[in-house]
Amino acid sequence: MIWLTWRQFRTQAAVVFAVVAALAVTLAVTGPNLSDLYRTAGSSLVDQVSSSDQSLYYVGLLVVLAVPAVVGMFWGAPLIARELETGTHYLAWNQGVTRTRWLAAKLGLGAAAAMTAAGLTSLAVSWWSSPLDRAVNGGGATDTYFPRLDPVAFAARGVVPVAHAAFAFVLGVALGLVIRRTLPAMATTFALYAAVQIVVPIWIRSHLAAADRTVLPIEPGGAPISIQDGARHIIAHLEEVPGSWVTSQQTLNASGQPAPVPSSFADCLRTESGPPTLQQVDGCVADLGALGYQQQVTYQPAGNFWVLQWAETGLYLGLALALAGFCAWWIRRRAT
Amino acid sequence: MIEFHLNSRSGLSPYQQLVQQVRHALRLGLLKEGDRLPTVKDVARQMAVNPNTVLKAYRELEHDGLVAARPGVGTFVTRTLADASLAAHGPLQKDLQRWLTKARLAGLDDESIEALFMNTFRNVAGEDVA
Amino acid sequence: MSAVLRAQGLGKRYKQRWALQNCDLDVPAGRVVGLVGPNGAGKSTLLKLASGMLTPSAGTIEVCGGRPAAGVEQLAKVGFVAQDTPVYAALSVADHLDLGKRLNPNWDEAVARERIRRLGLDPEQRAGKLSGGQRAQLALTLGIAKRPELLILDEPVAALDPLARREFMQDLMEAVAEHELSVVLSSHLVSDVERTCDYVIVLVDSRVQVAGDIDDLVACHHRLTGPRRDPDTLPGGQHVITASHTDRQTTLLVRTDTAVHDPSWTVSPLGLEDIVLAYMTRPADAVRDTRPALEVLR
Repeated sequence: MIWLTWRQFRTQAAVVFAVVAALAVTLAVTGPNLSDLYRTAGSSLVDQVSSSDQSLYYVGLLVVLAVPAVVGMFWGAPLIARELETGTHYLAWNQGVTRTRWLAAKLGLGAAAAMTAAGLTSLAVSWWSSPLDRAVNGGGATDTYFPRLDPVAFAARGVVPVAHAAFAFVLGVALGLVIRRTLPAMATTFALYAAVQIVVPIWIRSHLAAADRTVLPIEPGGAPISIQDGARHIIAHLEEVPGSWVTSQQTLNASGQPAPVPSSFADCLRTESGPPTLQQVDGCVADLGALGYQQQVTYQPAGNFWVLQWAETGLYLGLALALAGFCAWWIRRRAT
Repeated sequence: MIEFHLNSRSGLSPYQQLVQQVRHALRLGLLKEGDRLPTVKDVARQMAVNPNTVLKAYRELEHDGLVAARPGVGTFVTRTLADASLAAHGPLQKDLQRWLTKARLAGLDDESIEALFMNTFRNVAGEDVA
Repeated sequence: MSAVLRAQGLGKRYKQRWALQNCDLDVPAGRVVGLVGPNGAGKSTLLKLASGMLTPSAGTIEVCGGRPAAGVEQLAKVGFVAQDTPVYAALSVADHLDLGKRLNPNWDEAVARERIRRLGLDPEQRAGKLSGGQRAQLALTLGIAKRPELLILDEPVAALDPLARREFMQDLMEAVAEHELSVVLSSHLVSDVERTCDYVIVLVDSRVQVAGDIDDLVACHHRLTGPRRDPDTLPGGQHVITASHTDRQTTLLVRTDTAVHDPSWTVSPLGLEDIVLAYMTRPADAVRDTRPALEVLR
């Protein structure tokens, strides 16, 4: 059974693994150079990266993010949908192999390949980017590179891409099984996977590990703040905890209770025309601080990286297993 | 060796056609004692016909004592339909000719004659069965 | 003789619509069974239930003494060639044989090789490049070489030209003779069924109208023509399948196990096609009335 699965699957597998291999080779060649630079420059590495390495940084990110989506669309969705579409499942299901084993072989081999591809890519990219990640976590001030905990980089580092790939693959298979047509199944797989990848960082990931919480005074010369939304909201920037991922912000009043930013602050900042001057802003911020207002920031510190990685890996692998169970149920009860 | 053919418009079932063709060949001397009939597999293949049909036809011929199956060897003709009845053909044909002349004189055309003959033939055959 | 296919109250529902219902069958082994009926009558559904591709919504079905596709042993007993004879387009002919060999416990490599050789197929040819007839022959080869007790074929020749159809049927009949296969095949060509089958099931509008040995069916169905009369006045043993009247004449198609003695009828024999067509065209509400009569037939 594995032979047949492999025989059907090898072309698609070859394409993806060729891309992964090409990327890995490029990274292997340029990586040592970046490490050497970090050894001499430390956290200021962030300012000394060549533009080609900078491009490579983003290409790496993009490829790791794309591998699970590609695997789900091009390996997962057609895996069974194409058989159902062409009727070959009737041929397969009449061989001396039960339908459950047929499915198990397809899912097993496909998921293993998907996880290998994502794992290798993530390993190569994480290794190559590690000097930059360390520089950022070490306090290298940058707008160019993401901390490892930032939602963009998090999904492109460590072990979560492996789980993402497994999930995307099984998701594709399940959708192919239900939708029974290759192209719609591919489109739906992409849409659903993208939706999950938006929902999880926004609403779920921050709850997977105990967050830290800090209260920052509001004062000129303190933590830098952004004033947003017509001076109704304040965002504090957590510069003294580099590499952290801020998950929520709350302004507190003098008695330490969550409260909206008082309207006096907006009034203070109002000008006849144009933006307020820096002096005016400092004055208003000082006034707000004097009223006893403080800013509470909830965040995941850089040290929680691996806790979050393993927790999210577990979550996605659990989802993948549940979907695999659904496929098994569907193929026994509902198929054709 | 005999080669079978099926006619979908004969009104006879495939197995009846096979039996009829063997009997016909025996009567005309195309098949003689000791001749081997094609194997069931060969007939099934050549005519794309159900082997059970061929078997049934061969069994009926065997039952009539015309052929005998020798397991592993084949089915062989054991008796020709030597025309003991041939002598009777002449007078019967004369009777029929006389009857046909009468029918024409009565004003029946070919179609009417055929309808009348077939109808009578079937009725008599039906009574025999009953 | 043991039954190769036995169904009791078998039914299959897709959402709200019954594709097959109240299906009772008891097909003896060693037969070549023709399943005929108009498109959408439920032929494919019945065959898929028998091969275990579908599970019943109602009733039970037993094939070669077991539940269809219940396990490896059961799968080995039943071969299934689906409609349009699907094969893997990207795999070569040799790959397909390899597939059969690896996945079937009773695989007969010699039969498979010999068939491919005789068909003149290039083993290296991709199955997607084969003609319709060749593809059907490849699918048939897989079905035969797994050496099943029962081979199920869903409209195997519907898409083939007359020559390819003839060759396919020749090969199938040869395999039946050689391997003592039971066969169930669906077809909308009664002439094919008459030639290749010895048992027929007529399926119309998701119900079995009649099923039985073809020679028995032909022997007990007659066309009665005579002066106009009410079909209800017929003796008890005669079941009217269809009736048509002109102002003077009545033509009935009846089933009876005894001879028709009434001299007012002209009795003429029927071919299988006449009988099948009669069951297909009779009004739907007549179906329920004949259920007890079907028992008489067995």
